[in-house]
Amino acid sequence: MKRIFALLAVMALLLAACGTDTTETTEATGGTETTEAPPEGIQAAANACEVGATDGPLNLYNWTDYIPTGPLAEEFEVDDLLAKFEEEHGEEVTLTFFNSNEAMLAQIDAGASYDVVVPSDYMVVTMRDADLLVELNRAAIPNLDANIAELFSNPGYDPGNRFSAPYQWGTTGIGYLYGSIDDTEGVSWGVLFDEEMAAPNAGFISLLDDTRETLGSALKYLGYSLNTLNKDEVDEAADLILSTNEWIAAFNSTSYWTLLSSGEVNVSQGWNGDFLGEYDRITEYDADGEVTYSGYDDFGYAIPIEGSAAWVDTMAIPTTADHPCTAQTFINFILDAENGATLTNFNYYASPNEASEEFIYEEIIEDPSIYPVPETMAILEFFLDLGDMNNYYADAFTRAKG
Amino acid sequence: MTLLDEKEQVVEEAVNPRLERKARKQESWRGFFHAAPAYVYLILFFVLPLLIIFVFSFGSRSNTGKPLLENWNFDSWGRLVDPLVRTIAIRSLWMALLNTAVCLMIAYPFAYWIATRAKQRTRTLLLIAVLIPFWSNFLVRTYAWRMLLGSDGYITQLGEATGLWGRMLFTQPAVFIGLLYGYLPFMVLPLYAALERMDWGLIEAGRDLYASGSKAFRKITLPLSKPGIIAGSILVFIPSLGAYVTPDILGGAKTNLLGNLLVTQFQAARNWPFGSALSGAILIVMLVATMIYFRTGGRTI
Repeated sequence: MKRIFALLAVMALLLAACGTDTTETTEATGGTETTEAPPEGIQAAANACEVGATDGPLNLYNWTDYIPTGPLAEEFEVDDLLAKFEEEHGEEVTLTFFNSNEAMLAQIDAGASYDVVVPSDYMVVTMRDADLLVELNRAAIPNLDANIAELFSNPGYDPGNRFSAPYQWGTTGIGYLYGSIDDTEGVSWGVLFDEEMAAPNAGFISLLDDTRETLGSALKYLGYSLNTLNKDEVDEAADLILSTNEWIAAFNSTSYWTLLSSGEVNVSQGWNGDFLGEYDRITEYDADGEVTYSGYDDFGYAIPIEGSAAWVDTMAIPTTADHPCTAQTFINFILDAENGATLTNFNYYASPNEASEEFIYEEIIEDPSIYPVPETMAILEFFLDLGDMNNYYADAFTRAKG
Repeated sequence: MTLLDEKEQVVEEAVNPRLERKARKQESWRGFFHAAPAYVYLILFFVLPLLIIFVFSFGSRSNTGKPLLENWNFDSWGRLVDPLVRTIAIRSLWMALLNTAVCLMIAYPFAYWIATRAKQRTRTLLLIAVLIPFWSNFLVRTYAWRMLLGSDGYITQLGEATGLWGRMLFTQPAVFIGLLYGYLPFMVLPLYAALERMDWGLIEAGRDLYASGSKAFRKITLPLSKPGIIAGSILVFIPSLGAYVTPDILGGAKTNLLGNLLVTQFQAARNWPFGSALSGAILIVMLVATMIYFRTGGRTI
């Protein structure tokens, strides 16, 4: 009797759990049909927001150290943007970090509530198609139409910036200690992926821990597109990464820049702003403000000759958000000319915000590692959504990490 | 009513089979209600999550990786025989076994030494010393090891000065040191408990009967401390097999353990069905291993 009782209880609970899940699924798959109907819930709330309106504290989900706040903002001598937002709009900000687009998606998909997230280009498509993003209310974000550079005003991943507002953009390349690799005729991806070329730095190389980026660079080295839908090419790239396990130290996307500057690795795959920010952070000054040691003397950044990835990170509001008005006010706040410049002056990534350029430090605007010259732009490729191939890439990367 | 009457009534009640059955039933219900919170706890936090994992492992995923409870299939369980899983499973198993063995080798003499200190005060102090590391967060302590094992770390400097080893960070030895450090106290404490309870008079008796020191140890101390060995081994083996933080922080390429593979499936790779099948399989292996260990080691814990 007791056992039957317990069993019944378990089954009832289980059925309840399954039941809710299936209804969620059907809602998600049937979502495209319902966009014609008048918006409900979060979308309606977002549409009703006015400029500068807030409706509660802001829960921000961003990449590690991507926005100036706390001691890091002090170290870089820029405004603490989160404190500034709290001051101007009277809403508290909670910041949580993620370390890959996919990890962020997993959280949002599981129902975690954040008001603003920072997905990259291809992830905007994935999230939009899964009905996880709220359409932005342009009336509440006037800076989106006023300040964004033309190149980013109608991007392929989100035509017309309907679901996302560009945050920063950058490139993927190689950060390295001068002298560790031959860079006289440009740097090749081979210093990471080719056994012979990598040999001098064996055990002192790091790769990104990121499905699209790590596979993307391997694909570029092999001469393929980083958006290839050819399974054989993806497999070849995965096998290539698997073979690098013999000579690389680690897969790392969250602290590779300190690994490089502290001598744990000599060559590292990563994003331009992370490297340049670190080279600047380790630069030392004397009492008169004269440079006594420059990180740029020891370390460099190169976009490999085989070509590489350019990407745009964006701000978007997930459907799990609780405070859509605060979220849009925050997006508008970041798209402000001066605040946009603060971002770039802090994280050393190029700004899609044209109006902010006059406030950005001159040495950043003139740095070809941050604002690439046209010849470099020509060999960069933007990430596209992979559709049915997403899972194939994910599983290939699991295999590649061994 | 006289006292005698009352006594008679009690006797009558005791022999009445109906009343007795009723009393027993009441007793059983009372037992059930006493245990009810435990049942609820176990069902909510143990049985139910396990069933959910089991159900998900037969599910599928959308092309963005969202787990779907439809298109039921066995693919995820089939993937468990992939060479990738085999490599990582063997690596994890080897690490866990080695860690258990080395922990035992270090912890046994140590626990023995503590248990044989005459003064209670000394013993307490030594035990506190074993526990002190737990006062700070495991993550912080693991990061401390990262400093020690890094290029400029003291351990690396020592190795380079003696020419015996280089930088260990990002390698399997680093992960092993981290695991050994992390789980050693879990071996020391049960061993100490077993040894401290032992009646040392038995050793004296053995020596009186001309047993050599080593024979007395093999025939008396070792069997009596067996419950401690078993408990300690399980406490070290199981978390070592599922370790995630240590290999994540101290390891690099080629040091992925089952815990890392699992986390990846639920986060970056977004393959919940495979992750569920994997964790289900790990659970079954652990359960079987523990049962075998208990059966062969007696049930004296």
